[in-house]
Amino acid sequence: MSNLLIILGFPLFGFIFNGLVGKYLPKSVVGSIASLMVAIPFFVAFGMIGDLSNDAQYSVNWKAYTFLTLDNIPLSVSFTIDRLSVWMTLIITGVGALIHLYSTGYMKNDEGFYKFFSYLNFFIFNMLLLVLGSNFLMMFFGWEGVGLCSYLLIGFWYKNVEFGKAARKAFVMNRIGDLGLLLGLYLIFSKFHTLEYSEFSNQIAAGNHSDNLLNAISILLFIGAMGKSAQIPLYTWLPDAMAGPTPVSALIHAATMVTAGIYLIIRNQILFALSPFATEFILWIGLATAMLAALIGLKQTDIKKVLAYSTVSQLGFMFVALGVGAYSTALFHLTTHAFFKALLFLGAGSVIHGMHHEQDMRFMGGLKKKMPLTYWTFLAGTLAISGFPFFSGFFSKDEILAATYSHGLIPYILLLLSALLTGIYMFRMFFVTFHGTYRNEKWDYSKVHESPLVMTIPLMILAVFSVFGGLINLPKYITESGSLVEWLKPMLPIMEHHEIGHSEEIILLGLAVLVFLTALIYTRIVFLKRNRVPTDSETGFFSVMRDKFYVDEAYNLVIVRPLEILGDLLHLIGEGIFLKIFSFGIYPLLQVVSRLNKRIQNGNIEFYLLYMIIAVIVLLGVNLIFF
Amino acid sequence: MELLYIPLILALASTMLGKMLSNKWIWSGISLIAGFTLVLNLHCSHNFILSESIVDIPWLGDNIRFNLKVDGLTWLLLLLTNGLIPFIIASQSEDKVSKITPLIFLMQVGLNGVFMAFDGLLFYIFWELAMIPIYFITLIHSERERFKTTIRFFIYTFVGSLAMLASLIYLYGKTDYSSFSYDNLFAVNLNYAESIWVGSGFLLAFLIKIPVFPFHLWQPNTYVWAPSQGSMLLSGIMLKMGLYGLIRWYLLLVPESIDFYQPIVICLAVIGIVYGALIAIRQDDMKRIIAYSSLSHVGLITAGILTLSIDGLNGAGLQMLVHGVNVVGLFWGIGLIERTYKSRDLNDLGGIASKSKWFTIGFFLFVIGSVAAPLSNGFPGEFMLLKSLFNYNTTMVVFAGLTVILCAVYMLRLFQFSMLGEGKNESNKDMCISVNLELILFLILSITVILIGVFPQNLIDIINPSMDQILKELLNVKGVLS
Repeated sequence: MSNLLIILGFPLFGFIFNGLVGKYLPKSVVGSIASLMVAIPFFVAFGMIGDLSNDAQYSVNWKAYTFLTLDNIPLSVSFTIDRLSVWMTLIITGVGALIHLYSTGYMKNDEGFYKFFSYLNFFIFNMLLLVLGSNFLMMFFGWEGVGLCSYLLIGFWYKNVEFGKAARKAFVMNRIGDLGLLLGLYLIFSKFHTLEYSEFSNQIAAGNHSDNLLNAISILLFIGAMGKSAQIPLYTWLPDAMAGPTPVSALIHAATMVTAGIYLIIRNQILFALSPFATEFILWIGLATAMLAALIGLKQTDIKKVLAYSTVSQLGFMFVALGVGAYSTALFHLTTHAFFKALLFLGAGSVIHGMHHEQDMRFMGGLKKKMPLTYWTFLAGTLAISGFPFFSGFFSKDEILAATYSHGLIPYILLLLSALLTGIYMFRMFFVTFHGTYRNEKWDYSKVHESPLVMTIPLMILAVFSVFGGLINLPKYITESGSLVEWLKPMLPIMEHHEIGHSEEIILLGLAVLVFLTALIYTRIVFLKRNRVPTDSETGFFSVMRDKFYVDEAYNLVIVRPLEILGDLLHLIGEGIFLKIFSFGIYPLLQVVSRLNKRIQNGNIEFYLLYMIIAVIVLLGVNLIFF
Repeated sequence: MELLYIPLILALASTMLGKMLSNKWIWSGISLIAGFTLVLNLHCSHNFILSESIVDIPWLGDNIRFNLKVDGLTWLLLLLTNGLIPFIIASQSEDKVSKITPLIFLMQVGLNGVFMAFDGLLFYIFWELAMIPIYFITLIHSERERFKTTIRFFIYTFVGSLAMLASLIYLYGKTDYSSFSYDNLFAVNLNYAESIWVGSGFLLAFLIKIPVFPFHLWQPNTYVWAPSQGSMLLSGIMLKMGLYGLIRWYLLLVPESIDFYQPIVICLAVIGIVYGALIAIRQDDMKRIIAYSSLSHVGLITAGILTLSIDGLNGAGLQMLVHGVNVVGLFWGIGLIERTYKSRDLNDLGGIASKSKWFTIGFFLFVIGSVAAPLSNGFPGEFMLLKSLFNYNTTMVVFAGLTVILCAVYMLRLFQFSMLGEGKNESNKDMCISVNLELILFLILSITVILIGVFPQNLIDIINPSMDQILKELLNVKGVLS
């Protein structure tokens, strides 16, 4: 429990402390406090690995208080430490601490320095809430909390209206997913009368529930994951979210927050494993996203946009893994992706920093000489993501491919194609940015500089992990023991079967290497030998790819505009016309009535006498008739 | 009883001393101390079971009694009323203090009375008493457009009140002892046709007051044209009279008609949720946005009440308090902006965040409370209400759930165009909202957004017994909810 308090309490403290008094402290103090508040939980979590490894069933549960009673069933604020939540905690705090450190350099000249770190700490707190919570309610808290932080951080430079718009878009699109998630929670609660993971899983394992129910719950939860983890059709916010400062993109929109959807599904493995229809759906959504985003990424020229689409695509890979039932493999890829994508984003940030906020690769080139550290670390990241043999991404992606192959040939081919595209867009960006000749006239080449050590040290650490990260889960053909998959087995009650023959495995491996080499050689010829630079003048299908398949425009046309028009119409009809009818109808009516009244009460005694007589006659008449 | 005559004394005192003591802080302070001590005192001395009366004396003859009772639901609404009124007094601009303050106190009398009255006629009298001050408050700036709006508002609500009175009198005629007392009215059994008519009288009054689509036509313009204090009183506290009436005076007195009205009212409420939200998205006047968002939010509360489930009722109770806090905070913030920048049009504003940091934080808290992000006060209530609606009808909840998305759209739009970006009006873009006592109170109110959001169960514990009792009575005595 004390461990939990430290892990959750420190980032929260950092948020409040920096938010309140950070303004009056020197930047170095603010930055170090914020970084420490994330680093300490990392070491605490690391210290728990021993206990967890000794005992497969080891877990710590802590119920803080009852948040709400629903149907007289208490829903509590409670947390749990087990292998899965600690693994996520390690990624969040580990990568998070490095990014905090990096940010102290990157944001050095920003006036909102303290605010930035305050938000960043708050994000870490919410993310930890998400993964450490022991029930769906806590997860939902963290889920919305990280969404809020994401909103605040995307719109961090709040004077820019476009950035604000991107922030709102992210929040609203996430909320669409959240509605699905919320309905999923209601469905779970109304059928299982609990929101605790453990009880929920036990009930599913014990009882025979209808397939339809399980599929419905799975799909609703997955809709939530679509929003947060940027899958078709809710992915368009993520590229726009690049409006935020680059460390934010690295932390939130690459390494941690966007993987929350993956975590959600792994956490409820037993549910998804028993919902074949839903998992098939996830598989195809993941495949389509992996493919589409990679295609769009091919033609982008903003280096952060390329990385954003790459993230969307890689998340698609993870969902494919989930879709074919390779849950631990998805977590493996999540881990390696956190390393190399954080590295790539931070590297891109270093380039942007050295180029004075230039993000377009068309105006870069030849940066290799000026930024050697960034160059070599970026190379490590690029090799890792595109699957250079024995780098981290190679192992994780290869496992996904193998698992997909055992599921079906067509998904495998499509995924392999996406892997090829991954290699192409990554090397294209790499060569155009760092090789060739310098092409920026606004910012003199002599002024381009390497980033300070506080930024390059995180790069180097992440580069080491990107290269050797695969060691945590070496495939069976190398070693039999000590892998992440084995470690996670107690968390994943349903066994995974992906047995494929030895010779097939070798062929798959060969194909993966072949794909990597194809991408490397092709881009090398086009962008290095021929020195081609991407231009705006794409034609035909390429221009459609560059314009992101007009998805944003389509959403605008089909959803946003009609809703706006509907709002206007309702206002016009409901509020304008009906109000007018009411006003012009009731007022004259009242006036007519009162005018009649006025005429009757004219002050003449004779008239009053007449009314009296009439009244008496009427009363008598009524009496005569009815009684 | 003190909750009635102390505000009355304050109203008289502030009328007489108005010219001499036109400092809002004094009145706000007195009201704060008085209100909180009285309400907390009530909390200590009663266990919230609806058996004993605080006061029970013959009033207009033996059959119309001055009968006041308090249970958890009433207590929560008293807390809302007496807790918010000091803030509302504090939110005035200095020039109209001597005019508005007495009216606010007078209104406090009426509101406290409505929530405590357990006699039909007494309830009606307080109901109308609360109307009179608000009529004058909305008229405080005598412009033609305002006048028309106020008259419209008055006619609307008055028609509702009269319908309710007719229903009350009908029930009165049916009682065994010709009594207006709540227990006697409750004991009346109506046949189906009667119950439809009697129920419609109550419903008309309450649905207009809340207001539920399509009885809301008076609402947006009244909110917009009334001074900020008027909008706060109307939406923050007064509309809770309608919701409270729906629970205590409609559901329990005419349960025979629930079967008939339940789907209708829920449908209307859900339509109102979407309708209000869609319109709010396209407005530029900040007050109008809040007005329509209020229509949307209370729609959800109404729907939750009519689901007749414990979650719906608890959620509704909690959300009544929360909506009051948020709406008062938002109207207050808008009032502050309007006083500083002489505009509340989103096209003229912007860039406030860079000048007034603390104000922005407070305003943002109210915004996220309204959006119902978890750990803000809006979440637990909305979560429970949507859950109750989910159990009632799954299709309905998909539409009602749109509020989750749409509310984020219009509230964040409101926040961005007013607070973020750059100031659009050259003449006053460098002004800021100064840090003074008023802003500190504003921030204190905004902190409750987080407090309620993190510990909602403490409030649920207060209302749960009352709601449980209400549901049991519906179930046992009347046999609805089979």
